Order: sequence, then structure tokens, then C-alpha cells
Amino acid sequence: MTRMLIIGAGPAGIRAAETLVAVGLRPQIVDEGERAGGQIYRRPPPGFTRPPRALYGSEADKAAALHRTFDGLVRDGQVDHHPRATVFALSDGVAHIVQEGTVRRIAYDRLILATGASDRLAPVPGWQAPGVYSLGAMQIALKAQGVALGRELVLAGSGPLLTLVAHQLRKAGANVAAVLDTAPLSSQAAGGAQMALARPRVTLRGLAVRAGLGRLYHPGATLERIEADADGPTALHWRDAAGRARVSSCDAVALGWHLRAETHLADLAGARFEWSPIWHQWLPVTDAMGRAGDGLYLAGDGLRLLGADGAEIAGRLAATACLRDMSLPAPNPGKDLRQLARMAWFAKGVARAFPWPADMVRNLPGETMLCRCEGVTVADARSALALAGPEANRLKALARVGMGRCQGRYCQLAGAEIVADETRRAPCETGRLRAQPPVRPVPVSAFLQADPDI
Amino acid sequence: MRPAAGRFVRVAETETRPRLTLSFDGETVGALEGDTVLTALLTARRSLRKAEFGPERRAGFCLMGACQDCWVWQEDGVRLQACRTPVREGMRLRSRAPDSWPDTGAERPS
Repeated sequence: MTRMLIIGAGPAGIRAAETLVAVGLRPQIVDEGERAGGQIYRRPPPGFTRPPRALYGSEADKAAALHRTFDGLVRDGQVDHHPRATVFALSDGVAHIVQEGTVRRIAYDRLILATGASDRLAPVPGWQAPGVYSLGAMQIALKAQGVALGRELVLAGSGPLLTLVAHQLRKAGANVAAVLDTAPLSSQAAGGAQMALARPRVTLRGLAVRAGLGRLYHPGATLERIEADADGPTALHWRDAAGRARVSSCDAVALGWHLRAETHLADLAGARFEWSPIWHQWLPVTDAMGRAGDGLYLAGDGLRLLGADGAEIAGRLAATACLRDMSLPAPNPGKDLRQLARMAWFAKGVARAFPWPADMVRNLPGETMLCRCEGVTVADARSALALAGPEANRLKALARVGMGRCQGRYCQLAGAEIVADETRRAPCETGRLRAQPPVRPVPVSAFLQADPDI
Repeated sequence: MRPAAGRFVRVAETETRPRLTLSFDGETVGALEGDTVLTALLTARRSLRKAEFGPERRAGFCLMGACQDCWVWQEDGVRLQACRTPVREGMRLRSRAPDSWPDTGAERPS
């Protein structure tokens, strides 16, 4: 029987698994989470009591349906679920995973990657201080742990998550001092019109959330620096849309500019990449169904940043493509393809409304930390370019931008912007950081444990 | 005046969960079952450890296992990722390498 492996048990991975199971296949599914659901539909540990409505708001029914579907597949033995397991390498049809401190291998014939996304970060002077987090971190802490990451929070960046997280935190009783959106109203209006045409209800819901923030929300903000003492942030210095200097005192800051696709495994699996001017990042190339190569399928935010609804559809489509390639009975993808096109149209509006802050990054003071992992500054990177030349992988080798433990996940795009600025070219001409295994750090002790093939 | 207590504030799910204790740098830290190590340590403390490449302290960043900012030491020398590891009763954790370890460049007792 063909060995099917799905990596990631979020909306895309769960729907892919369900589609394969429907024709009698029994996929293995590896996921970093304790319980399936992914980040957006992440479930708290057992014993937590808030109902889905409190955790997922308007999306509670979708979350509950996904969790129910997956729990049913596991209960009935229709999938082989490996939770708390990290895939750190892929080679020659074998996934290398670390689970419970032990390295294991899973051989596969066909692979569906549903690896999701994380926050797209840009440096702000002072962001290395303890108490500066990603926006996603604020949401995960609230949803999965019931904690706020500080007593006085400033949220800054851009994208749908910015206002949503602010709303969720306030509803839970956390103290949000300011919500600073670097996107000016002009770009928001242009992108928003497209969003409203594609998905009017979702767009209206977003506008209502923002209206609820009232005077806490500031569009067109320019972030200047995070003031911090040894204990963490004390204030965020910024300018409002009219250029007036403002200071918001705080003990925690969350930053994020929409999302960055998690593509390290797609790279190791051999997917081809292209620079996407819309999402301002390198993304894997597939056909409309998610085929990236022979026996390789991609779905969800790790392929295109369409959000949870789009991920469910893309997961079904990737599995459908896989079934067709195996000459097995497959569902008709017509409706899913039409819906996905609508999601993509909406997402392009989102990308236009809440752009990457290219000018902010290009104007960062030299002493700003570019790489949080190893403390490489903007000035370090600029001066290394004389030796490295305008290429990301050479800059990584010489200045260690992208060499640290996060493997470029949080510095790659800002690094590309600095290279582009210093060498007067477009970010897409600065080279793409190649993923290297292990794509997550693995303790050496894990390799010393027993090493059974699953 | 900044409160001396922990960085994180519990805003929900505080009623029904059993209490646990662990140790961090030899001091007892209280936690609730279902906490991650990160939640447990930072509801009681302001940071996890010193940065390896700078003077600042660190307290996690992404909370989804991607940034690698929240690794802390266990007394047996194996590090763990605080944001992805559930607390267990009696865990013994450290903000720096055990004294028996070769110099890693991390903060050492003087």
C-alpha cells in the first residue's frame, strides 16, 4: 500500500487527511502540537474549560468541526497521528523526526506538506528586549494558556491579526494601551475595497472589530523605537499619521506584519520557489491543486497565505491531486477551485491593504538588531556586503544573518530589504536563503536514543 | 513603579487546575497543570535567561516553537524548549548551563 505522509495537523492537514481516508487510505500525520488544530484553531491542554466560542469567536463552529473530524479519524484508527513531533529533515523519501527526545524516521511514497505560517517580522530598534513578542505569540498565550504577556500591552505592525488580537485581549480583560498600524488609510482603502468585493461578510466583521478598538487604533503610524531597561520594555516611541511624536508606555510589545509562509520543508523536499511581489516573500510554486513535484503536494498558509478557510480548501485539493495521481477515485475539485480563487482574490486585497514596511526597514538605524538570534546589527550586515556581495546566502555565511537558531525565519525578509537598499536592487534580486537540515534545532542526545523506523 | 512579580498575567482558566511546583535556579516556582514551562516561569519571573550574543535577557518571542528564543537548561544538562514543553511536578530547571559544563559563552557565576 502506498505510504502517505502529511506534515502539519492544522486546517489544511486535517482536510487532506480526511480526503485520503474517504477512499480507504491510511495516512500518517506528524504534527508539532499536543492536540491537532494548528495555530489558528489551537486547543488548550486538557482540563481547560473555556468553550469554543470564547476561544475562537465567530470561527468557533469551524474550529469545533475540524477538531471533531480529526478526533474521529484518530479514534477509528483511520490515520496514524504522531503529535509533539517535529520533522527536521527530508531526504530520499524519508522524514526525520524528533519526538519525546528521540529521533525517528518515517518512510513515505507521497508527501503532503501543510506546514502553516508564522508572523512576518520586521525589526524595530529595541526589539531584542525581554517582553517583546510576535502578535501570534500574544494570541497563542491567550488561547492556549489563558495568559496576557504583560500588564500594559502595545500592539504594533499591520495585518488582520493586529486588530483581531487586540480585540481578543481586551475581551479577556487584558490592558491594551495602543494599537499601532503602520499601514496608512490610503493603502487600507485600496486593498479593503477588493477585500469587500471578494468576502463582504469577513471584511465587515474585520471593520467592526477595528471600530470596537475606538481611539486605541492608530493607522499610518511610524514606529521609532522600543525603550527598555534591563527588565524589559517601558515605552514604544512612534509618530502618528500627522507626524506628531507620541509615546505609549507599556511593559510588553507585540509586533507582526501579516504572515510569512513556513517553507523550510518544502525547500528540502525539492519545491521550486518564486518571489511573490504580492506577499513580499519567497513562495513555493505549484499548480492550482497544490502539486509541487513528483509525489509532493503543498497546502495551506505554507503555500499561499489565504487563512484558515482557504487552508481547509487547499488541504482537500492537495489530497485530491494526490488521489488523481494514484488513479484512485477522487472528489470533483470544481467547487473548491472556484472558492479558492475567491479566497486568493481576498488575500491579495489583504496584502495590498497591510503592506510590508519596506521604507521603515531601509531607514533602520545601524545599531538596530537585525538578527535576534545572534545579535547581528543592521550596520554589521551592511558592512559585510562589501565582502559578501548582494546575495543572501553569502551574507549568511559571512555575517551570520539567517545562520542562527531560527534559521532566518525572523530576519530573512528584513535582511533582503537591507541588501536591496545597500546594493540598489529589488529584494527579489538578493537571493533566497536555502533551507538546511535540521530545520529545527535537535538536541544531540536525541540522536543517541534508539532509532526505530516507524 | 514596575511590579516585581512575573511578566505574564493569568486572565482565564485559573479555577480548576491542580497546582504543581518546580524549581528554577534552585528557587521554588508554583505552576498550574496545563501550563507550559514558559507560562510557569514567566508568571513568576521577568525573564528566562541571558542572551548568548548580547547583554539583554530573553523571555521567549514566538511561542510556537519557531524562534528558538525560549530554550532553558535542565539540571541534567539537556535543554528544553519552554514554549512547547508542559510542566511536570518537580522539574528542575536552570537559566544557564550546569556548572559542570564546558564554557558555552553563556552567563556564568563569577
